[in-house]
Amino acid sequence: MTTKLLTALLLGTSILGSAGVAYAEDVTLNIESWRGDDLAIWKDKLIPAFEAKNPGIKVVFAPSAPTEYDAALGAKLAAGSAGDLITCRPFDKSLELFKKGNLTDLSALPGMENFSPVAKAAWQTDDGKASFCVPMASVIHGFIYNKDAFDKLGIKVPQTRDEFFAALDKIKADGTYIPMAMGTKDLWEAATMGYQNIGPNYWKGEDGRAALIKGEQKLTDKGWVAPFEELAKWKSYLGDGFEAQTYPDSQNLFTLGRAAIYPAGSWEIGLFNTQAQFKMGAFPPPVEKAGDTCYISDHTDIGMGLNAASKHADAAKTFLSWVASPDFATIYANALPGFFSLNSSPVKMEDPLAQEFVSWRGKCKSTIRSTYQILSRGTPNLENETWVQSANVINGTVTPEDAAKKLQAGLDSWYKPAK
Amino acid sequence: MAAETRPKRPIRWHIGIFLAPAVLVYTAIMILPLAGTLQLSLFRNIEQHQIFVGLENFRTLFGDPNWSVGFWNALRNNTWFFIIHMLVQNPIGVMLAALLSSPRLRFAAFYRTAIFVPTILSFVIVGFAWKLILSPLWGVAPHLLDLVGLKSLFTPWLGKEEYALTALSLISVWQFVGIPMMLIYAALLSIPEEVIEAAECDGITGLSQFWKIKLPLILPSIGIISILTFVGNFNAFDLIYTAQGALAGPNYSTDILGTFLYRAFFGFQLQVGDPNMGAAIATMMFLIILGGVCVYLFLVQTRLRRYQF
Repeated sequence: MTTKLLTALLLGTSILGSAGVAYAEDVTLNIESWRGDDLAIWKDKLIPAFEAKNPGIKVVFAPSAPTEYDAALGAKLAAGSAGDLITCRPFDKSLELFKKGNLTDLSALPGMENFSPVAKAAWQTDDGKASFCVPMASVIHGFIYNKDAFDKLGIKVPQTRDEFFAALDKIKADGTYIPMAMGTKDLWEAATMGYQNIGPNYWKGEDGRAALIKGEQKLTDKGWVAPFEELAKWKSYLGDGFEAQTYPDSQNLFTLGRAAIYPAGSWEIGLFNTQAQFKMGAFPPPVEKAGDTCYISDHTDIGMGLNAASKHADAAKTFLSWVASPDFATIYANALPGFFSLNSSPVKMEDPLAQEFVSWRGKCKSTIRSTYQILSRGTPNLENETWVQSANVINGTVTPEDAAKKLQAGLDSWYKPAK
Repeated sequence: MAAETRPKRPIRWHIGIFLAPAVLVYTAIMILPLAGTLQLSLFRNIEQHQIFVGLENFRTLFGDPNWSVGFWNALRNNTWFFIIHMLVQNPIGVMLAALLSSPRLRFAAFYRTAIFVPTILSFVIVGFAWKLILSPLWGVAPHLLDLVGLKSLFTPWLGKEEYALTALSLISVWQFVGIPMMLIYAALLSIPEEVIEAAECDGITGLSQFWKIKLPLILPSIGIISILTFVGNFNAFDLIYTAQGALAGPNYSTDILGTFLYRAFFGFQLQVGDPNMGAAIATMMFLIILGGVCVYLFLVQTRLRRYQF
């Protein structure tokens, strides 16, 4: 008797339960991403903010490991099981997905007008006609310094290159601090925090980058060799045994207060804020003479696109328009200091260090890393070679001219600029 | 007449049946992938289609300086890696085994285990631990050298082009010295007492006993170890990858065939992987190892004298 009642009850609930689903019919959108670090921010801040405004659309953030992301995404797209929204790597990896028909053309998406052409460049076809991802965030290069150390030694924040090297000399002469925390062991530090950090001031940002792609300039020209010459001078200001110093070593040297200046990317801000026990400041790459136009590397890093096979394309577009809105930009930029919104409308940020970085956008001209668009499609790969040669230049095993010659020769072997 | 005298032999099905499991498994997990790699190396991806191009990939690998310089560099480094192992790892392994098999040694089991432990450690741990030990910032190596007044000898070995590969080879030797030690140890133990006693009766003892009696008896084992070292070294990848990264810095000075293959096949950072060129490199590695093993089998092993007891 009791079992019968129980069965009836269970049956009843199951019918009711399914009926409930049938009535509400929520659309669930899945986001593919490699940013597992951001899981909490998405779950606690971004998604609730969106769902509150758009009832009926549920969003699930489903990240995979950064090193596995591209392979896993490719397999899922091929099998048709990928999420509706796809976090986009900049440039060729996403372009390839678009060409294969995995990503939808979003040029006409409401909200895309909020972004500048430079911001959109990372997710456009080479002719700039179709955009396929909404730009989310960029990282800015510059130098983070130990404010306490600067105060103690009476050093002013350097504006020009001469002041910069004078400051380094002063720190070195004093001996309390290692002047600059950088190593060449992991290679990419030398290229990303070194060459791409100080380079835009020499090659005049976007002008030089576009000229290089068009073939009007060569890597052996003055503007492209000069940053290597400056890097070669850095050698004497780095710590003992910098040749075997890894990226985490450099981070630790700086956050432990043993080094005064850290050639940085803004993504460090979050970590440094929690680890460093001293006051920090930041300055953009110094220019040659006071008053010169300054250029900064404001590198587009993350975007979001729409899976062409998505069954809920309309809901996904609603979400993407929200990602393109200032609302999203404000939450995102404050939750992740150092990842700056690419939105044209200014975003209010709380973190002072992040504010300092983003303030350079107002007085300097933005560009992206020179090797990322188009120029790293062939073999030898220009980006990877730049890592190796930048490290060689700092190690002093290659002269700046030879390094530039090697890079240009490698590029010439496969890249024929459109005439 | 002949047909009448020869008894009619039934087909021996059982041979095939008994061989089948091993043959099937081996075919599925070894022969098919190998054939797949060889096949892949003859194709090229042209506008999303795999097109048969014959030996074109190999022509690129050896004819295009962008590839050939990297390949020869990797092969040269790999050979040096192997030479260090042959000159350091195997003699030390033999020496340790000889010491361990000495009946007067106490705590032999402890030493044996302690020396063998690094072999079972993960490459990731070994690479990371040694990176820390040799670190100029926090490593113990500079401090230890300082204690004995030799601080001036310290350089950031892993970051210098001229030392990095040798340093890594020695780390690998440290990790794997247990394997030759164990194999030789087993071979030494299997030398019968009578032979040793006979030698002692003839007045051959101590070191000369090792050189004149034991070493010739364990030569076949040393041969096996050499070939295992050869195959292992030319397939090596993990240690370089964990310690130096896929670009095998500084300036490709620690690039070996394994890391070169990895970059070509899977790509790295902005470099998009090219499975076809990767397969061509894998094929070359296969041929190099095959060649080395053949040289050993046909030239060396046939001349080694076997002693049956």
